[in-house]
Amino acid sequence: MATGVAAWLPFARAAAIGWMPVANCPMPVAPRDNSKRQDELIILNVSGRRFQTWRTTLDRYPDTLLGSSEKDFFYNEETKEYFFDRDPDAFRSILNFYRTGKLHYPRHECISAYDEELTFFGIIPEIIGDCCYEEYKDRKRENLERLQDDQEENKDMKMPNMNFRETMWRAFENPHTSTMALVFYYVTGFFIAISVITNVVETVPCGSTANQKDMPCGERYTVAFFCMDTACVMIFTVEYLMRLFAAPSRYRFMRSVMSIIDVVAILPYYIGLVMTNNEDVSGAFVTLRVFRVFRIFKFSRHSQGLRILGYTLKSCASELGFLLFSLTMAIIIFATVMFYAEKGSSSSKFTSIPASFWYTIVTMTTLGYGDMVPKTIAGKIFGSICSLSGVLVIALPVPVIVSNFSRIYHQNQRADKRRAQKKARLARIRIAKSGSANAFLQSKRNGLLNELLELTGTEEDEQKLTKSTSLLESQHHHLLHCLEKTTAHEFVDEQMYEQNCLETALQTYPSRSPSISSHDSSVGTCCGRRVKRNTPLPNASTPSAHPIPTHQGPLQELSAIHIQCGDPPSHSTSRSNLNLKTDDSGRINCKGGRITTAIISLPTPPALTPDGDGLHGPPQRRPSAGTNIVKVSAL
Amino acid sequence: MNLVTNNHFVSLSPSLHAGSIADEGELSTVCYRPEGLDRLVQQTKFSKKELQVLYRGFKNECPSGVVNEETFKNIYSQFFPQGDSSMYAHFLFEAFDTHNNGSVSFEDFVISLSIILRGSITDKLNWAFNLYDLNKDGCITREEMTDIMHSIYDMMGKYTYPSMKDSAPMDHVDSFFQKMDKNNDGVVTIEEFLETCQKDENIMQSMHMFDNVI
Repeated sequence: MATGVAAWLPFARAAAIGWMPVANCPMPVAPRDNSKRQDELIILNVSGRRFQTWRTTLDRYPDTLLGSSEKDFFYNEETKEYFFDRDPDAFRSILNFYRTGKLHYPRHECISAYDEELTFFGIIPEIIGDCCYEEYKDRKRENLERLQDDQEENKDMKMPNMNFRETMWRAFENPHTSTMALVFYYVTGFFIAISVITNVVETVPCGSTANQKDMPCGERYTVAFFCMDTACVMIFTVEYLMRLFAAPSRYRFMRSVMSIIDVVAILPYYIGLVMTNNEDVSGAFVTLRVFRVFRIFKFSRHSQGLRILGYTLKSCASELGFLLFSLTMAIIIFATVMFYAEKGSSSSKFTSIPASFWYTIVTMTTLGYGDMVPKTIAGKIFGSICSLSGVLVIALPVPVIVSNFSRIYHQNQRADKRRAQKKARLARIRIAKSGSANAFLQSKRNGLLNELLELTGTEEDEQKLTKSTSLLESQHHHLLHCLEKTTAHEFVDEQMYEQNCLETALQTYPSRSPSISSHDSSVGTCCGRRVKRNTPLPNASTPSAHPIPTHQGPLQELSAIHIQCGDPPSHSTSRSNLNLKTDDSGRINCKGGRITTAIISLPTPPALTPDGDGLHGPPQRRPSAGTNIVKVSAL
Repeated sequence: MNLVTNNHFVSLSPSLHAGSIADEGELSTVCYRPEGLDRLVQQTKFSKKELQVLYRGFKNECPSGVVNEETFKNIYSQFFPQGDSSMYAHFLFEAFDTHNNGSVSFEDFVISLSIILRGSITDKLNWAFNLYDLNKDGCITREEMTDIMHSIYDMMGKYTYPSMKDSAPMDHVDSFFQKMDKNNDGVVTIEEFLETCQKDENIMQSMHMFDNVI
């Protein structure tokens, strides 16, 4: 039922009284309206701005949020109003929809914000009134195109697991992604140019030899040109085959316009190779050479402007078709007229209607070669009418095509601009966001350091390091921590991960450290600490994280076994915990051989590394800045 | 809409009814205001609140204050999407337009509604008779009844079960006359109508069906 006229339902029901005396059978029972609600004012508080309306107004559209019982979820008992935490400006048009039955789209509103509001309040955008619908649709389409453009950018992003074929395809499609691709791009461009120039120069008369008159260069230096041609065709063939190989969908690639151009460009050569002996078809062979000029279309891969032109022509197909059709009509009409007008005059060039076509075309396009001229007066009159109308007919569809081209061109420019800005934008966003991503890791370190300090007991340091985290943050971190505990894995940041991957690629070691004495201690140190840490502080972060407030991050310790130079006592105390170490390493199946691998590296200067020993003997284990830490390779 | 200001406005100018009709040539913006709320309460059997609700709905659909036949038909057709309700809406409009000036003002509307919904059974039957009597000459002829019947059946539309036979309205007219026309003179007078209806249980019952519509 039309909900807009719900207010008139009582009237329609009352008017049914006209059927009663006429009816022959009893009527069904009417539904009782038990909840005889008086019409009341409802207050809708939208972000502080209060709107008031009648309940019946909202009830008009029961399939929306405000018209159904869904709004009860937003009811505020204390203030006796419905509170919505949404944009009050957009809400105006939504409420007006209930009042007037027509939904309008305010032009100053952002399209996606408006869409969201509509979705929130359960109103479908299709009921936007005719006055605003077109605008709405246009903006929506624009927005969609923009988003699509952005998505296409993402294809540029290098995915970590691309095989050779995909890399090649990506290199072909976007030459700026790698140096090789760029080189390839320029080389092919160069050869296309060479090929085209060769074709052109071939036909230039090259000066005469002693015995013959002027002949074109192609015939004089046949071998040279043939070699040039062969070379170019070789390059093009190789390129085509490589593209075919790399294409994700070979069938689709073969159907695409560019590949057809490629094929057409190189085919004449091969056909020529095959057919040189046969004399009858040599005529056809000569024609084939014409197709070599299609090589110039290969440039469209290199030039965006050409592509835009082609796309414009494609999108203006209907206008072009109309132009063609109207021209044909006019040509036929005027040719006929001219033919009959000039029939009388002697030595008239207008021998037939088709012959007059040439005159008409030349006149309508205002070329006026002058090879055919009307001589009779009637002919001249009609000739002038013809040229005048020609101007009109041609001038009409051209602006449409021009405006289309302009629109697409500007769109492309905007896309390029966006692409250029995008990198910088993303970089800045990433910097801003990385702060929060690292917050968890940061707080882990701080948390551990705090625990460390608690045990060591230095108050002022503890206070220095305690960062104030909000309740939200701490809850979030706790959540992440629980996840870590559940999966027995840990969060790391990107650099750490990649480094670990690298290291595991170098050498992986399940667990054989006990055999190397120099390792024992260090490993024991690490793990001993880990174990030790586990017991007194069950809520601490997983053992593998060392409280290192350096930029190096926690896991670097895991991937490298550090030996703190000049600290013998540390070994002894932790030897007892050696056997527990394997459990640890088994338990913590971290990313690759975190625990066991190590790389020899020079001392890390800013390493304020309280390398784990801190727990055992508090003060003297506290690392001093600049302690030499030597990472020992597992080998 | 604020109740308070409405009241104030109405009580300050109790018997205001403007009727500013613009020039013939220009777009006629007829703006009609109803008589005071209190007077309407007296004239009809509706309470103040009911009249307020009714007026708000009325004014919302017809901001100019009067309904013309087009709007009337339009509104009514929205309730019967399957069939063609224009004829019946036309007859209704004629019945509502008591002053015969081509438009239904709020008073006409509300007075008729009052009769239909709150009137006595005799009033209701009278109103129904008035609806059927197209030329308002006091009796219902066969032609008039046929027209009415066709208009009612038209509202059903094409897709009915069992499928609509063309003779269905005529048969119904025949049965109606058979029932109502006591002296078989081919017309049904008001007395015959009232008498027959009051004897018929079904009709009596159905007349009371819409008492609680508002």
